[in-house]
Amino acid sequence: MAEIVLENVTKRFGDEVALDNVSLTIPDGSFVVLLGPTGAGKTTTLRMISGLDEPDSGDVFIDGHSILGQTPAQRNVAMVFQQYSLYPHLTVRQNLEFPLKSPLLQTPQAEINEKVKAVSEVLQIAHKLDNKATALSGGEMQRVSIGRALVRSPNIYLMDEPLSSLDAKLRADLRIELKRIQANSGQTLLYVTHDQIEAMTMATHIGVLDNGKLVQFGSPREVYENPVSIYSASRLGQPRINILPADLFEGDCPKHAKSIGLRPEQINQGKGEDAYVTRVEHLGDQTRLHLKFKEHDLITVTDAHTPLQYGEVVKIQPKEPFFFDEDGARIV
Amino acid sequence: MAQIRIENVRKEFGSFTAVQSSSFTIEDGEFFMLLGPSGCGKTTTLRMMAGLELPTSGEIYIDGEEVGMKRASERDIAFVFQMFALYPHMNVGKNMSYPLISQGMSRADAQKRVLEVAKILGIEDMLNRPVGGLSGGDRQRVALGRAIVREPKAFFMDEPLGALDAEFREHMAEELRALHDRMGATTVYVTHDQLEAMQMGDKIVVMNHGVVEQFGKPQEIYDWPATKFVAQFIGSPSMNFLDFTGNVEPNANKVSIDGHQIDIPTSRDGAVGDLSLGVRPEHIKFDDNSNYKGEVTAVEYLGTTQIITLLTPNGTIKSRIASDIQVNNGEMIGLTFDARTLTLFDNTNGQALVSEANEGALNHG
Repeated sequence: MAEIVLENVTKRFGDEVALDNVSLTIPDGSFVVLLGPTGAGKTTTLRMISGLDEPDSGDVFIDGHSILGQTPAQRNVAMVFQQYSLYPHLTVRQNLEFPLKSPLLQTPQAEINEKVKAVSEVLQIAHKLDNKATALSGGEMQRVSIGRALVRSPNIYLMDEPLSSLDAKLRADLRIELKRIQANSGQTLLYVTHDQIEAMTMATHIGVLDNGKLVQFGSPREVYENPVSIYSASRLGQPRINILPADLFEGDCPKHAKSIGLRPEQINQGKGEDAYVTRVEHLGDQTRLHLKFKEHDLITVTDAHTPLQYGEVVKIQPKEPFFFDEDGARIV
Repeated sequence: MAQIRIENVRKEFGSFTAVQSSSFTIEDGEFFMLLGPSGCGKTTTLRMMAGLELPTSGEIYIDGEEVGMKRASERDIAFVFQMFALYPHMNVGKNMSYPLISQGMSRADAQKRVLEVAKILGIEDMLNRPVGGLSGGDRQRVALGRAIVREPKAFFMDEPLGALDAEFREHMAEELRALHDRMGATTVYVTHDQLEAMQMGDKIVVMNHGVVEQFGKPQEIYDWPATKFVAQFIGSPSMNFLDFTGNVEPNANKVSIDGHQIDIPTSRDGAVGDLSLGVRPEHIKFDDNSNYKGEVTAVEYLGTTQIITLLTPNGTIKSRIASDIQVNNGEMIGLTFDARTLTLFDNTNGQALVSEANEGALNHG
């Protein structure tokens, strides 16, 4: 349990700036998710904290103490990677026990047994404890590698897309379990993903990264309902936010506004101006309407059993839209 | 352009039966999805349609002609694989014209055709580029272009978007569907992603363990699943099952679950014993007046909506409600279910009981 602070951290790989003056506070006991596409700097941030890489400039603190120069072991962090790495010659139980058997920890065997049992039940691998690690499916191996981090009590858990190799059902279960384990234990957790559902459902705070810069940091609700830029607004929401010319609709728009941003719930249907249905997608619980409006395409959501069909007209009108300036920054 | 009909097709690999006995019809111009988990037989079914595997028994008709034992090259179809392979030493244009030249078409005609197709795909300005430096999406477009130039009777695609990341996959899915709408060619598409199937397909076949579980339009399958497997596989979160022991009379319009009377669509079938009431997450309503209660165990914010996990006397269920309703862990909440949308299942065989609501959807396929 600890607070982690990154202060003006910059990291270059050759000419490439991976992290550009990033300052970030991960509060004690929080579940912080770093969100962004490939190359945004998510994994690099994680590696700054774990000690697998050192910043070119800036500092990293755990509970107020700079940890630069410390080895990963001294930092007492637990990592879970996208690619699981287990000891192939050991059983599942031995793999899970391994971190606790470190001579530094001196954990009594009874406590080890208890922890291994609890973690294996949560991760639904209790029945495989005596299997060889190599005799598991990919999903099971990944659960063991998550378990190997969870048996410890580190300063912080660092997880790099740990669920991306699992199937949809298991991913949904483990999202809830990870969140519950973290909330109950009060441990600090930093989690990297490009999956917006994971970010929204698990995080206490989301950090949005864009090309090595931290562009927004806040609760999932803040980032979704109050994005600072087009980039931030586009990270969350399915279907994605519609970005259109600011003066496309009737009515006022603020000075200097270049674009208007409309999530499906920011589009009133039945009032306003004519749009034409170009495609109706029935997804079961909702139906997506693809619309053509003054030569622009947009997507919104409607009732699952809508009678609307290709070519028909729907009136639409913005409702409390977002406006952005020419740099894509939000105008409030 | 073609209609494809599968009749009682079966495939065995040694003692393993990959496909039990499949029958369905793909109409001319349809975008048709073969959906199921890995190992369900969907790829094997596609490969038999393409002529890459021979069926153990059964018939495959393309435009009325039985082709089950014909070579792939005699079927006039185009196959796009998950790991699309381009010829690395040829540029984009040569990759696309290769199938035409090797069929004996003149270079001038081939180039004309390639240019037409490249325009449809929006890659006409990269025909002279080497394929090595292309982005994933452009490689995908070239692979598609190479299939399209031949003007085959049908396109077969095996998880063509499987290797792409989420954001880009959604974009390519839209592009593929729009392309299909412009060209109208019969397309058979294999996927394990239910959302992709719902989003792109005109019709869906859901397979499991080599068996066709259901066949129909996406919304129909979502609303009225024929089996518990389909109910669970389609939709996210999946359909909830309230397990109970009881009985349902033919013509009943209520079931009794732990002493609570719950309205259901008028049943046609009767059943006794181990049953489940199936309800979709968005059809669970919060109602303080209801005596049927669940305890909130998880709240997951999703922007417009939130998913609430509840522990009920009949197991854990998930509800989808608007995100402006404040819900806290540990709260006890009264629940009602939208009676028009419910499906009962017999747990001994996993089949849906026929009711006034689902008989139309279940009887046609």
